[in-house]
Amino acid sequence: MTSRLALRPATVRSVPKSPTGIQGLDEITGGGLPRGRPTLICGGPGCGKTILSMEFLMNGARRFGEPGVFLSFEETVEDLTLNFASLGFDPRPLAARKKLSLDYVRVEPHEIQETGAYDLDGLFIRLGHAIDSIGARRVVLDTIETLFSGLSQTRLLRAELRRLFQWLRTKGVTAIVTGERGNGGMTRHGLEEYITDCVILLDHRVNDQNATRRLRVVKYRGSTHGANESPFFIDESGISVLPIASLGLQHRVSPGRLSTGVPDLDAMLGGKGYFRGSSILVSGGAGTGKTSLAGYFADAAGRRGESALYFAFEESAAQIMRNLRSIGLDLEPRLRKRLLQIHAARPTTNGLEGHLSAMHRIIEEKKPRVVVVDPISNLISVGTSVEVKAMLARLIDFMKVRQMTALFTSLTTDEDHPEGTDVGISSFMDTWLVLRNIERNGERIRSLNVLKSRGMPHSNQVREFVLTSHGLKLLDVVRDQGRVLVGSDRVAHAGGGPVAARRAGRRAARR
Amino acid sequence: MSAKTARRSRRPRKARATGAFFDLRLYVAGQTARSLAALANLQKICNEHLDGRYRIKVIDLLENPQLARGDQILALPTLVRKLPQPIRRLVGDLSDTERALVGLDLRPRSPGKP
Repeated sequence: MTSRLALRPATVRSVPKSPTGIQGLDEITGGGLPRGRPTLICGGPGCGKTILSMEFLMNGARRFGEPGVFLSFEETVEDLTLNFASLGFDPRPLAARKKLSLDYVRVEPHEIQETGAYDLDGLFIRLGHAIDSIGARRVVLDTIETLFSGLSQTRLLRAELRRLFQWLRTKGVTAIVTGERGNGGMTRHGLEEYITDCVILLDHRVNDQNATRRLRVVKYRGSTHGANESPFFIDESGISVLPIASLGLQHRVSPGRLSTGVPDLDAMLGGKGYFRGSSILVSGGAGTGKTSLAGYFADAAGRRGESALYFAFEESAAQIMRNLRSIGLDLEPRLRKRLLQIHAARPTTNGLEGHLSAMHRIIEEKKPRVVVVDPISNLISVGTSVEVKAMLARLIDFMKVRQMTALFTSLTTDEDHPEGTDVGISSFMDTWLVLRNIERNGERIRSLNVLKSRGMPHSNQVREFVLTSHGLKLLDVVRDQGRVLVGSDRVAHAGGGPVAARRAGRRAARR
Repeated sequence: MSAKTARRSRRPRKARATGAFFDLRLYVAGQTARSLAALANLQKICNEHLDGRYRIKVIDLLENPQLARGDQILALPTLVRKLPQPIRRLVGDLSDTERALVGLDLRPRSPGKP
């Protein structure tokens, strides 16, 4: 017997939704705002309510075939047009093609005298006319609470607003109503009592001189949604929300392998190198050769004809090129063939959100097969560790889903305990290479070992390597009486005697 | 209200030299009790205080919804005094004669109120 209680989650559909087209927001809301219903967006002054609303409308008109009406209670049509333009979007052609209608409702307290009973039918008629004349499917009311400053009969206004939102529902338009954050409530006049389908809260706060914006879906009737605060960012192409919640570990995994660019290192990783779509951490102290390994990795991608994207947070592109040239790695041809692109920026020039959202955008746009972030540790300087971790998880998932292989370098300050100083990000990493400078007997010896590499047999040896003008070379392991010999000892053991050892020492000094 | 009544106007035979001419527009939505009350109240005020120096144009937004935008209409009924300048907006059915007279500048504003 089939029980009525048997749940069929796969067939239970949540409420129909209208996509906002805003990066990340549709993800948090599981597809957009509730279709045919009003959504309340509230927050303090300058939190981004208007821009979010505008983007919702312009995406509707341009991408989803849904014309929209923007009714502003605060800005004139001229100001609105300028604001739209600041998002790189001229509303006038769309308005001319009847895809968009902008209107300004002026509420000037000193111009209005109340002389008896009234209702807000004028607003209804005006809005209804705008909706009907372009067949609008989307409406923005920004910020309707301004009415309370111009009209004194608060009770009547509240009743009329309730009627307005009900009327919007019967019109079947997907609406955004914005409200200013009030004391003790979401909005000054308690709009959240009337708009209960979906409420989104925006916040703008300053942390260590860095302004950060946060978005949170407070409620969404009839739908699951991410409940966390998500950072968001506004730049010249609009809003992007970066959900801290992970995308879920459902990405495809690839059995394909990629060369590290260093044949000896490939050998240490089961003979084939990294997994495609995996993330790789290269950690080490200053001057241990992290950027060199990153350079080899980017170069190997070019050799396969795949594009690589290099985010440099420490050195300029020219500096990286010059330094890599000193070990015999010339990336110039890769750059010329557009197989390599370097984006260099100081982490402090942007907030953390700014960086991660810029990285998302660039990755989305260039669609590289291979990404290098050098170094990831510099991002810590602009955010708190928890944030970095969450956003990094997000970025890694983002790339994994797209089957991009990513290599992150990380500067370790405590060389003896590299595990402790890596933002706790190692759990996101599939392969972790540790580079060290070992100082002994008056020489510094470079060493490399594979701390972990998921899903493949890998070498457990700590290998010595050298950076020569001909490139990075892992040296053969030399054993003597059960000890692994490194540096001059190794050279001496190889039979060259003290002279050869000295020569090796001089060579090392030149490097 | 029909289109005919919407254009109904009372041109003064001769405007008084002492007072300015009032150009008034009453915005309503259909012939509701409130609309009719507003028009009746307005006519009474005009008769008593303007002595022919006025013109009333009634605009029914149900018939001409596009006209709501130009005069920034929100609430109904709304009386807009186009002339004399500056423009004044009176919201409501004009049943509060005192406030209506103040709003039309036919009576000085009470002290303490701007």
